[in-house]
Amino acid sequence: MTYLRPLLLAALMLAALSPQQGMARPIRNGGKLLLTNGITSLEGASGGGLTPWAVIAGNETSDGIGLSAHGTLVEVKDYDYQSAGVAIGIRDRIELSYTHQDFNTNEIGAALGLGKDFAFSQDIFGAKVRLAGDLVYDRLPAIAVGVQYKNNNQGAIVRAVGAKSDKGVDYYASVSKLFLSRSILLSGTARLTKANQMGLLGFGGGKQAGHTLQFEGSAAWQLSRRIAIGGEYRRKPDNLNIAREDDWFDAFAAVAISRNVTATIAYADLGSIATVKKQRGVLFQLQTAF
Amino acid sequence: MSIILSLLLLQAPYALPGETAVDPYVADNRHAGAAPFEGDGMAKAFGGQDGIRRIVDRFVAINFADPVIGEIFANHDQVRLKRTLFEQFCFILNAGCSYTGRDMASAHKDLGVQKADMNRLVETLQRAMGEEGVSFQAQNRFLSKLAPMRRDVIEK
Ligand code: HEM
Repeated sequence: MTYLRPLLLAALMLAALSPQQGMARPIRNGGKLLLTNGITSLEGASGGGLTPWAVIAGNETSDGIGLSAHGTLVEVKDYDYQSAGVAIGIRDRIELSYTHQDFNTNEIGAALGLGKDFAFSQDIFGAKVRLAGDLVYDRLPAIAVGVQYKNNNQGAIVRAVGAKSDKGVDYYASVSKLFLSRSILLSGTARLTKANQMGLLGFGGGKQAGHTLQFEGSAAWQLSRRIAIGGEYRRKPDNLNIAREDDWFDAFAAVAISRNVTATIAYADLGSIATVKKQRGVLFQLQTAF
Repeated sequence: MSIILSLLLLQAPYALPGETAVDPYVADNRHAGAAPFEGDGMAKAFGGQDGIRRIVDRFVAINFADPVIGEIFANHDQVRLKRTLFEQFCFILNAGCSYTGRDMASAHKDLGVQKADMNRLVETLQRAMGEEGVSFQAQNRFLSKLAPMRRDVIEK
């Protein structure tokens, strides 16, 4: 596992430094088709809501630089969650992102002995490189690889619940394609992760200490230039002895309110979280991109 | 009338009367850049040749007036573009036309089209198709034929 990080970093540097088409032209920002920058996934990578796509944040094409910022709220039965973050897209090739997540345990915190309204939080630094292909135009689907460095802020407590560590790195590869002839977007991601509930409950555990391979996918149907609906699935590891972790599902509608604002509403089923089952509810996100 | 026209076409595929001269080339449907749809579903979705003509005329007018890409169209032959684009769309939509224009690489050589311009053109085309009442799903089906041509259209 340890060789993967330097390898990906090297790939990132190479992609950034190698002469690219359009390099000689002056910077020209903006110009992506509506919705093709995706929304922001919970961990800050552009894509769907639960899983990354092989698209790059921001409205730029290969001739420019783009920015995006987002805020996400999730209200499930017993918990609520907020995250916010920013991302930069460079020449529609490289994405760098930062996201802060807060997960509030409300009443359950007291039941778990953490105290009412105890909140887990973590910071996530992400990097993604689109290696080849194109979401819309080329025959080859967009293909990207990425890393997410996650740093949980409650080290002592996540260890107390059985996590091996309060830091972890996810590695993922995504393939995404908008099939215009059917107005359907399909995306799949393979992720190597040891994160418990994305890392909010730490990394690794008694059942499984190290990275495992998980699959995630999205399907979306574009109803109009501005509206897409779809569903997502995210397979999750199950590392902790004390708290079972379930796979995630959602059904979403995303609307490009303007060229710079995308709003998403989703119904999410996050299964069992921190010993409490049937965590279902709504996800709401506002994203702005330039 | 159509006999005279086709005779004219046979003799002079480069430019019709009223159009600016272009460098000689041999007309070939393959220059349209995509195989036509099968059946008449797409032609119907676009309102037949009459609908396609209205869409193309509007599309060309929007492009020439567009604040982003209008500059690229300025000083090009609008009369010819309306004719050849109509032929291309009509051919690809299987609405009963042949395409007599140039291939996409030659037609867009040295125009300096960037990816953002291509996306803008998709939006102006969506507007023209939308105004004619073409359903979004049919619009995207048509765009799926044009999308792979971006490779030949944009500046390398
Ligand atoms: C896949 C997308 C495109 C298709 C299918 C397409 C189709 C065509 C066709 C059929 C012609 C006429 C060729 C002829 O008369 O011999 C043409 C010419 C032209 N196109 Fe495009 N085009 C595309 C993209 C673009 C874009 C993105 C721009 C600029 C924003 C553009 C600007 C022009 C101009 C200025 C001409 C006139 C060239 C001349 O007068 O020599 N096209 N295009």
